[in-house]
Amino acid sequence: MFTKKKRQDSAAKRGRRHPLANVALIAIGLIATGGAYAGISSATAQTESTVVSQASVEDGEKLFQANCATCHGFNLEGSDEAPSLIGVGAAAVDFQVGTGRMPMQAHNVQAPEKPVQFTDDQISSLAEYVASVAPGPAIPEEQYLDADGDAANGAELFRINCAMCHNVAGAGGALTEGKYAPSLMGVSEAHIYEAMITAPQNMPVFNDMNLSPEDKRDIITALKFMENEVSVGGHPLSSLGPVAEGLFIWIFGLGSIIAVTVWITAKSN
Amino acid sequence: MSTATASQASASTAKKSGGFTGKAANYLDERTSISGAVKEFGRKVFPDHWSFLLGEVALFSFVVILLTGSFLTFFFQASMAEVHYDGSYVPLKGVEMSIAMASTLDISFDIRGGLLVRQMHHWAALLFVASIGLHMLRVFFTGAFRKPRELNWVIGFVLFILAMAEGFTGYSLPDDVLSGNGLRIIDGIIKGIPLVGTWISFLLFGGEFPGTAIVGRLYTLHILLLPAILVLFLALHLVFVIVHKHTQYAGPGRTEKNVVGFPILPVYAAKAGGFFFIVFGVIALIASFFTINPIWNYGPYDPSPVSAGTQPDWYIGFADGALRLVPPHWEFVLFDRTWSFNILAPLIIIGIFIVLVLIYPFIEAWITGDKREHHILDRPRNAPTRTAIGAAGVTFYAAMWAAASSDLIATHFHLTMEGVIHALQAMLILGPFVAYFITKRVCLALQKKDREIALHGFESGRIVRLPGGEFIEVHEPLDEYERWRLVSFESHAPVILRPNAEGKITNKARLRSALSRWFFEDRIAPATKKELESGHDGH
Repeated sequence: MFTKKKRQDSAAKRGRRHPLANVALIAIGLIATGGAYAGISSATAQTESTVVSQASVEDGEKLFQANCATCHGFNLEGSDEAPSLIGVGAAAVDFQVGTGRMPMQAHNVQAPEKPVQFTDDQISSLAEYVASVAPGPAIPEEQYLDADGDAANGAELFRINCAMCHNVAGAGGALTEGKYAPSLMGVSEAHIYEAMITAPQNMPVFNDMNLSPEDKRDIITALKFMENEVSVGGHPLSSLGPVAEGLFIWIFGLGSIIAVTVWITAKSN
Repeated sequence: MSTATASQASASTAKKSGGFTGKAANYLDERTSISGAVKEFGRKVFPDHWSFLLGEVALFSFVVILLTGSFLTFFFQASMAEVHYDGSYVPLKGVEMSIAMASTLDISFDIRGGLLVRQMHHWAALLFVASIGLHMLRVFFTGAFRKPRELNWVIGFVLFILAMAEGFTGYSLPDDVLSGNGLRIIDGIIKGIPLVGTWISFLLFGGEFPGTAIVGRLYTLHILLLPAILVLFLALHLVFVIVHKHTQYAGPGRTEKNVVGFPILPVYAAKAGGFFFIVFGVIALIASFFTINPIWNYGPYDPSPVSAGTQPDWYIGFADGALRLVPPHWEFVLFDRTWSFNILAPLIIIGIFIVLVLIYPFIEAWITGDKREHHILDRPRNAPTRTAIGAAGVTFYAAMWAAASSDLIATHFHLTMEGVIHALQAMLILGPFVAYFITKRVCLALQKKDREIALHGFESGRIVRLPGGEFIEVHEPLDEYERWRLVSFESHAPVILRPNAEGKITNKARLRSALSRWFFEDRIAPATKKELESGHDGH
């Protein structure tokens, strides 16, 4: 209190600045930057409607240089740390950045899914930029993402092509050396499609020669069916199969039965 | 039950009381002489302890399995002929599958109550084997397998193996991807046996795997042969329980010659009857609220898809885990044949383990040289070496068991699969030794504590200052009943090495003496009467 009074005194003496001047200055600065930023990003959103705009690519390049180039190189050439992104296409960027896998949190065996770090507009700018450098798989067309194909065919294709890593129920599974195939429940249609054509991490490519776009649509349909299906048998125990069932019967089944045996044989008071 | 009680009252009282039940009982007794059996059986006494009910849980879940299984046989068709599924589960509509799979889907989706009964059957099967396992552990750790019950231990163990065989054959019937993967593993194990393996596999599957015969054959085993043997052994097991009388824990008034508890009629029968319905209810509740084996997720089997996270039901897990724990490169070619020790080693190890558990009562009887009958159970701590051996066995089994879920452990705890496998390999080899020593020391320490309490009573927490300035804590002496529990056990001395009739010391005798020393060298003698009398020295 004492110091405050002293400062006020000195400010009054000099007579140049109001006591709240600093606060006001910061507020003005923040509003100006924020407003400008908002204006720019809304501008980007508008340009997005036109398919590939030069402005969006330039935005993407700036974002890339600020966030990705340290590992992937300023010309997408890659480094010892990370692969080259020449020719990976917009689909790879949309998948990796859109699921939060990129930018990578730490160098590890596998980039885990995590909260997405960019807005949709920024992601599409990045994707457009990477696609503009060299052609590659494009973001899939909406007609294959409606999850309204043949679920029976999709489930069969899924069992044959995907279940060995992702588990028949799409619950995910372990790979070697700490790598894993993630659960497919809750993954968006576009990301499933993009994963199949761009082969992220340890996944193989499923190009249009071995799984036609219609097949991919069927697989997405089957996965979405599994995801949205009401579990008819009751609580699904994470769809983990016999291990979860065994633990359940030992802990809860036998546990409750033992509680009953103790109750039955207890001496009446 | 009222008729049974009445017939127990026999003909003479029936005349006095008259009435329908009396007459009916009399009628039955005059034609079957059943009253003697009812009297004998009805008066059979069961001691009350929760751990004595575990075998009953197994029995009751078996009854549930029989009831639900019969229902399932009405609708299941064990054929591998191909059909296009045309039931109400949309995502499989039109998919080619075996009739076995299609009929299982029909049971699940198109037959009223079918899914509930299917789930009850499967959950009850898991509970059946689990309760057998726990029952066996109870019998082992309390020494209930000692004379005269060694043979009943063997029968019980055969039941355990039969239960696993029943489980496995049942698991393979729906012909879905998961069960097909399991069968493929069995096929691989069989083919790994040198010389005869391939022949046995072709015999079993009626040709190359998977063929079109296996589901029908497993079905015959599952509903005919195995249950018949199982029921036979179950009956033998129960007859032996009645012949031997029930064991009991040590306590005041309980001797090797009596059984303290409630007679079957009416108390015990009422309790057990009620308990059956509770077990039934628990299984029904679990089956209503929790999915088991959702084959519609797995889809029909064909040999190309293999799912990640494929595991057998829990009771076969130890065998699957044993296969996963084998280090790589244990396969070599010799005499123009491939010797798959990656498969043979687990087979041999599991075989030895099973045989050791099976004959353990005889091994212990031989080592200890104890030929007396035992009807009073040991507290686990009072047989430290046996308890330690049991703990080592449980650890060994647990390592194999956990290995069956190595992939799920890796993904759920963010570990590497290799790390999990290596840790479990270490646990498999070192774990039993660690468990043995820790358990034995803990048992001895508990015995010491018991002895201390028997001699000096328990600490009351009241500190008293004596006139001389000394502080002591007052120990409350135990009452007679409590003390009896702590001192009424036997302490065995090692068998002493003696020359036989010809004056020679045979190698067998040497081995036995060494084993006996190992068994009984470290022991805490129970407090004697003399010690107890002199024990109360004022604190």
